[in-house]
Amino acid sequence: MRNEHREYAVNAVLALGLLAVPLWALWANEPFTITLCTRIAVLALAGVGLNIALGLGGMVSFGHAAFFGLGGYVAGILAQHASSGAPILGLPGSNQMLVIWPVAMLVAGTVAAAIGALSLRTTGIFFIMITLAFAQMVYYFAVSWPAYGGEDGLPIYVRNRFPGLNTMRPWDLFVVSWGLLMAGIGVFALIRGSRFGAALMAIRQNPDRAASVGISPFGVQLAAFALSGAITGLAGALMADLSRFTSPSMLAWPMSGELIVIIILGGVGRVFGPVAGAAILVGFEVTFGGMTEHWKLWLGLVLLGVVLFARGGLLGLIAGRERLG
Amino acid sequence: MTIRTTMTAGLAALVLGTGAAAADPVTVGLITTLSGGGAGIGTDIRDGFQLALDMNGGDSIHLVVEDDGRRPEQAVQIADRMIQAEHAQILTGIIWSNLAMAVIPAVTAQEVFYISPNAGPSALAGAGCNPYYFNAAWQNDMLHEAAGAYASEHGMNHTFILAPNYPAGTDALTGFKRRYTGEIAGEIYTQLGQTDYAAEIAQIRASGADSVFIFLPGGMGISFVRQYAQSGVDLPLISTAFTVGQDSLPGMGEAALGVVNAGQWSPDLDNEANHAFVTAFREAYGRTPSLYASQAFDTANLILSAVAAADVNDHEAFRAALRAADFASVRGAFRFGNNQHPIQNVYMREVVNADGEITNRLLGLAIADYQDVFASECPMQ
Amino acid sequence: MSAALFFEQLLNGLQFGLMLFLMSAGLTLVFGVMGLINLAHGSLYMLGAFFCAAAASATGNFWLGLIAGTAAAAAAGALIETAILRRLYTRDHLDQVLATYALILILTEGTKIVFGPFPLYLNTPTLLQGTVNLGLTEYPLYRLALIGFGLAVALGLSLLITRTRLGIRIRAGENDREMIAALGVNIRALYTLVFALGAGLAGLAGALVGAVQAVQVGMGEPVLILAFVVIVIGGIGSIKGAMVGALLVGIIDTMGRFLLPRAFGLFLDPSQATVVGAALASMLIYLLMALILVLRPQGLFPAHA
Repeated sequence: MRNEHREYAVNAVLALGLLAVPLWALWANEPFTITLCTRIAVLALAGVGLNIALGLGGMVSFGHAAFFGLGGYVAGILAQHASSGAPILGLPGSNQMLVIWPVAMLVAGTVAAAIGALSLRTTGIFFIMITLAFAQMVYYFAVSWPAYGGEDGLPIYVRNRFPGLNTMRPWDLFVVSWGLLMAGIGVFALIRGSRFGAALMAIRQNPDRAASVGISPFGVQLAAFALSGAITGLAGALMADLSRFTSPSMLAWPMSGELIVIIILGGVGRVFGPVAGAAILVGFEVTFGGMTEHWKLWLGLVLLGVVLFARGGLLGLIAGRERLG
Repeated sequence: MTIRTTMTAGLAALVLGTGAAAADPVTVGLITTLSGGGAGIGTDIRDGFQLALDMNGGDSIHLVVEDDGRRPEQAVQIADRMIQAEHAQILTGIIWSNLAMAVIPAVTAQEVFYISPNAGPSALAGAGCNPYYFNAAWQNDMLHEAAGAYASEHGMNHTFILAPNYPAGTDALTGFKRRYTGEIAGEIYTQLGQTDYAAEIAQIRASGADSVFIFLPGGMGISFVRQYAQSGVDLPLISTAFTVGQDSLPGMGEAALGVVNAGQWSPDLDNEANHAFVTAFREAYGRTPSLYASQAFDTANLILSAVAAADVNDHEAFRAALRAADFASVRGAFRFGNNQHPIQNVYMREVVNADGEITNRLLGLAIADYQDVFASECPMQ
Repeated sequence: MSAALFFEQLLNGLQFGLMLFLMSAGLTLVFGVMGLINLAHGSLYMLGAFFCAAAASATGNFWLGLIAGTAAAAAAGALIETAILRRLYTRDHLDQVLATYALILILTEGTKIVFGPFPLYLNTPTLLQGTVNLGLTEYPLYRLALIGFGLAVALGLSLLITRTRLGIRIRAGENDREMIAALGVNIRALYTLVFALGAGLAGLAGALVGAVQAVQVGMGEPVLILAFVVIVIGGIGSIKGAMVGALLVGIIDTMGRFLLPRAFGLFLDPSQATVVGAALASMLIYLLMALILVLRPQGLFPAHA
């Protein structure tokens, strides 16, 4: 119980800290710090998505970059059609975030369902390799299909709009991202506490026993995987707006690795794990990226240290090993 | 190793210690690829830029270097930080067109100068040109156009052309075809990053072509040229400096001998600035500079010349100083067109073995005083 | 299209497939025996190529380079296994993914620090330069030698597994780990040996291929992903499956790149056909993988059927 209280305290610090730092930056006129916090929020949201599949469902996906990138492409493609006026599949484009988000979730979720339906025919190590391979297929397609920029990617010259806010201002975009992150975390917590979540975790622990009490592992896992892909896709749409750019590198395998790293650094299956993980990763990148061109070597060593000696991630270190799942 | 270096050379500061240069140093952010594949090119860009600062000395420039990992999002984030947190007034360094397309509009929108030492995508040379954007290298199509012109003038009228399937690849083949008058014997787009070209070489063998044009930068070119040399196909190979430049030649070895390629610069180009550059670069880094290094060297000298002539905070005056291009380019004659891209000569070079070093030798002029075809679409005067 | 061209492409596909087999065999063996997923297998391939290039240029002898590259990769494999991966056999796959992902970062950046950021030079041995006339077409001798090499290694590996004491232990380890420990086999040494064998095969592939391709940082990952596709198609843990999967992927990929643009050329204009054809060709083997997953989720030759 004590551990649980401590985790609640850490969660509160993370949620409010992520709000307080940009507020300070706004006051001190440090716009880049706000941008950095927005990046943390967006990556954390992508991690929250992956955490549903990986943390709750035990599905180790090495292909979530595909959903992240697809979300980004939805934002880029809809914005491009909105500015050119040309219809896409008979429908007009849009530069409204409130239109783009559901479409991004729908597209990423649908593709996740398709990939999931194929990958979930297998388990374990097969699953890792298959999700990686399918993500790579989407990547190669994006690189070689010229209609939306191919390898060059797709610029978003003016960020997509949100009613009542000026998304070109760093603070406004941060508020949007932070709000979505909190909503995503809320959804995650709801799922974890729901019957659906209980079924998902039961399947992770023992698929045969779950099946024997009448839970269909395939259906539950597929639904979780699709939802997981949809939330990561939503984060991708936000990332495209943050970078004002979508490119195939959002779809490439290092991105998938980064999302896994975010979850593990924070603590697998923890509600606020991805927030802690994203903050550590971005902080590491900004601090060491400026100091040495070999920062990836140090990142590798840190990750190795975490796997060998700090398995629960940051939240595991602070709030104790046992998982609240 | 620390790469965020402040360039201070006390002695030379005395020389330049007059006028605008006496003010606070201008912060220049150099974003380039220093990790993963392509790190060799980024190293050349950084070293070339650094060398120019070292040779000219002065504390007029404070240089900040960072690795973009060849990822557009990362490059945009670094650019934002350099501008917003470190107050960089000039950015430069990006190698790849896709990163340039992500970063340059974001930089110029914040009214910060961007001077490209390499990538020159057509979208930013034509209607998308911008007063805050200069290109000190070329527009992307330029060298390929020169190769096309050369092929036509040398009786090649059945050329097989090959490039990776990505926008710079399609641009390269389009550029080649623009000034090529012969017939295309075959056209193949390969996968980006492909390393095995046996299937393509087999098609070249079967095509009945009289020559082959390739655009395969970096490792792709090394793989192709070596496999081509072993294939028994001995049609003349034409290319550009991106494929058979000094960054790749050591990896190709003798397989590259005889490849004719277009470039606006060559290590043996005969002018005073170039002699000094090549000698100093070899001395400082122990290797022959590549085309990329020469472009970064010119970019740094262009910036130095403008910083000495005008205050960077007076955007109009500084732009005029950049446009004047009042520096000794290692490629010889150099001036900017209305779209702030170079108007310059493009030469043909040939890969030779010079006393044991595989390098390029000047073959002759391909196109003289050439301006890119997109300049007319640029509204700037 | 002539028969000669078709024949040459078939040889190309065969050669590509056999090199993929060298990569996949080690991966599938390591999974079959230890139940470990090794993302850093591509880095071992890269190490093989770099050490081969460095040793070949230092000694002037390609064959010494080949031995050095294979040995370096095997030694690196043994070191990684004893220092790090040994602790992870009992952990879940997630920890293995993260640890081997971290190893990719470390080995890639470490290689760049040691060998520099520029691609290295590695030439084919003089003995294997030039082309041979195969009747239908001229074919590079070195590629022919690669086919021979690949077949020889495959044969050697299958003899090792079926005929030697080590092979018996490996097969026993695949079937029942507790059992062979109970039989008094030093399981730790066996694991290290198997991992080093897999790493050596990857290093050998890197060194062999390095003579015709760019020896550069990051060369391992694209091959690694192809090897995954091979294993999924062939069935995890099965050497025979790796062979069949590798040949399928090698031949279908080569033929797809060659034939698809032509096929689209029948009803699209040429420049559009090459772009569309090339885009689809790059997806072809993944579609094959999807098809296999639908028909036989455990792969063509499941090891634990």
